[in-house]
Amino acid sequence: MEIFGLSPTLFWTAVFVISTFGLYIAIAIWARAGTTNDFYVAGHDVHPVFNGMATAADWMSAASFLSMAGLIAFMGYDGSVFLMGWTGGYVLLALLLAPYLRKFGKFTVPDFVGDRYYSQTARIVAVICALFISFTYIAGQMRGVGIAFTNFLNVPIEVGVIIGAIIVLFYATLGGMKGITYTQVAQYCVLIFAFMVPAIFLSLQITGSPIPQLGFVGNAQDGTPLLQNLDRTLVDLGFQPYTEGAKAKIDVFAITLALMVGTAGLPHVIIRFFTVPKASDARKSAGWALVFIAILYTTAPAVAVFARSNFIETVNESDYSIDVRRGEALSADMGEDATPQWFYNWERAGLLGFTDKNADGRIQYRADEETNEVTTLDRDIFVLANPEIGNLPAWVIGLVVAGGLAAALSTAAGLLMVISSAVSHDLCRKVLFKRMSDGQELLVARLAAVGAVLIAIYAGINPPGFVAAVVAFAFGLAAASFFPAIFLGIFWKRMNKEGAIAGMSTGLVVTGLYIIHYKIGFGSAVIGALALLAAISCAVIYFGTRERIDGTKGSLAFAGIAGVLALAGIAGFAGLLPSLAIGDPASWFLGISPEGFGAVGMAISFAVSIAVALITAAPPQDVQDLVEDIRIPSIRTHVEHGPKTAHAPAPAKQEPRPETGGAKPPGRPAGGQ
Amino acid sequence: MADQDNTEDVGAYEHDISESAFRQYWRENLTLMGVLLAIWFLVSFGAGILFRDFLDRWSIGGAPLGFWFAQQGAIYVFVILIFVYSALMHRIEQRFDVDDDEG
Repeated sequence: MEIFGLSPTLFWTAVFVISTFGLYIAIAIWARAGTTNDFYVAGHDVHPVFNGMATAADWMSAASFLSMAGLIAFMGYDGSVFLMGWTGGYVLLALLLAPYLRKFGKFTVPDFVGDRYYSQTARIVAVICALFISFTYIAGQMRGVGIAFTNFLNVPIEVGVIIGAIIVLFYATLGGMKGITYTQVAQYCVLIFAFMVPAIFLSLQITGSPIPQLGFVGNAQDGTPLLQNLDRTLVDLGFQPYTEGAKAKIDVFAITLALMVGTAGLPHVIIRFFTVPKASDARKSAGWALVFIAILYTTAPAVAVFARSNFIETVNESDYSIDVRRGEALSADMGEDATPQWFYNWERAGLLGFTDKNADGRIQYRADEETNEVTTLDRDIFVLANPEIGNLPAWVIGLVVAGGLAAALSTAAGLLMVISSAVSHDLCRKVLFKRMSDGQELLVARLAAVGAVLIAIYAGINPPGFVAAVVAFAFGLAAASFFPAIFLGIFWKRMNKEGAIAGMSTGLVVTGLYIIHYKIGFGSAVIGALALLAAISCAVIYFGTRERIDGTKGSLAFAGIAGVLALAGIAGFAGLLPSLAIGDPASWFLGISPEGFGAVGMAISFAVSIAVALITAAPPQDVQDLVEDIRIPSIRTHVEHGPKTAHAPAPAKQEPRPETGGAKPPGRPAGGQ
Repeated sequence: MADQDNTEDVGAYEHDISESAFRQYWRENLTLMGVLLAIWFLVSFGAGILFRDFLDRWSIGGAPLGFWFAQQGAIYVFVILIFVYSALMHRIEQRFDVDDDEG
């Protein structure tokens, strides 16, 4: 059965992985970026359908591809929070944010925040939020890449992470957003094909329907409804019925809301809508993105049901053979009730574990810890083992690996773009070194991408404790910081910079502290890291805004605060600060878990923003005009906005960068009005 | 939310669209948005979470209705909502001559 001395699985995996990687690199070379315009927004001329595909790939991470179906299989109804939460946000994006941000026409989210709130401080707070969210998220992606390589290519996890990182780095630095967009289109095709092929076969096998979504509501082969069967079986084994959840209703509500709003506020999703030609395309593009996402997201719950049913049916009470475990025999020769071959394969890989507690030679799968004999059951198994469960040929397994890698790499690339643009465009060009040229900015962007990749490699090899809290963090923080600031910036003309700064930072701090308290705990190093972060933020805000604060007034106080914070940070890393225990779930605020707290953080952020805005001065007239301008898709309206239109009329296609960096007063959209 | 606007604004800048037309356009947009977001809320938070116990008395195929909404139905409706908004909004923009068809 061996091909070129390799097992068929390994052979096909290598074939798919190498050929898809080759494809991504070829696309990157074809889509090289020459200007900042290409680099940040792919020249603003990506077709809405392609952008939809790229957004879908950007959006669907290794977690969506590998873990989500398994997660739902275990959570049953409670898994709905991911399904609704990670799709419903696109409605908010399409209706409330994307078209207006596209009309605004700049490169990044901090760009919008900084210009709309005519404030360097607001811009810097936005940069900090964007960096924090993206780094949290990218660490998880690189870990996913490493795991995929380890399981299939039998290389150490470090090697896997580094190979993945080099590939991403290659097309991100070379092609910028343009390279990333077109590789993401290719990656979407790979990942959706890889997800659907096993799902369709599994559906055929279990329900007789080739469409998993119909199989989900259909009957099992014996003619009884699949879900009712599963409910009954699970109750018999002592589990919660599949269609009923264990979470409190308020928690389900809060998590769904936090994930939806967080989706709409995630910077790497928002910047995708800057790449289409015009505002109406941003709406269409969001629709297409959701179509492409929905294909996977409506299949995943079906796969979850099939996999859980099939697992119980084939594994529970099956005859376990130690000979097969040792590789001395095949499961097929062991008779009707034998444990399936894939169980042994994945047991060897460490994703499944069996302890014969009652020594009857059979596997008992139960809810009760005392009698349950499936001691290890990794949630990723349900997607990874699908091809084997469906008796599909070895090449399908290779395809699934390539799909998982495509999902992880595309998301990592999108995040890398946010990090690199936040550093080069928002931090360096707009705040610290205003006289940078386009060429220098491009160079800094590429260097920032390299730096970010090095950190991501390190985080992927030595995952920090917060990887487990990635979902809560990234979505909670995006929901509580970006969404209110952007939403109010578009829909409330009276919204001013004081409100935005207060709202964003309150949302960020409250949500961050709640999540750390209940998910990570305030260890000495965690407090130290927070103190250092605060010290750096102080310094950046000070240097970024000092031209407005006259002279050196207050600089001593500022240096004092930053110095104390920095000292506290060092003390924290040295382990000198006290550690507080992780909070007890019984004391959750209103019974809302850290994952759902973003919804509360968002409400607080909205309240603080509005209250502060009402008691401070209204924004200047040119900012209010800007808000009116972005509400109108046409570039013909508001022809002469102020007397300072110095540049020549732009060509029909919007030329987004006629201005010269930070010298321009805020409030005039960069389109060619 | 299209709130108070200085009247001098109309004079100071040349708009292709008059201030009253702009307000009318924005109000129509907000109404459309409000309706669609209400549906968005009803199919997800409503059918999938708040009223699911009630809806579970019916079933669609082999799945309880509320459960189905939470895991499938809401997503289908989301897709439809975006395309409906895109189409209707475009019609509103054309009526007020603020569409971006000509780039």
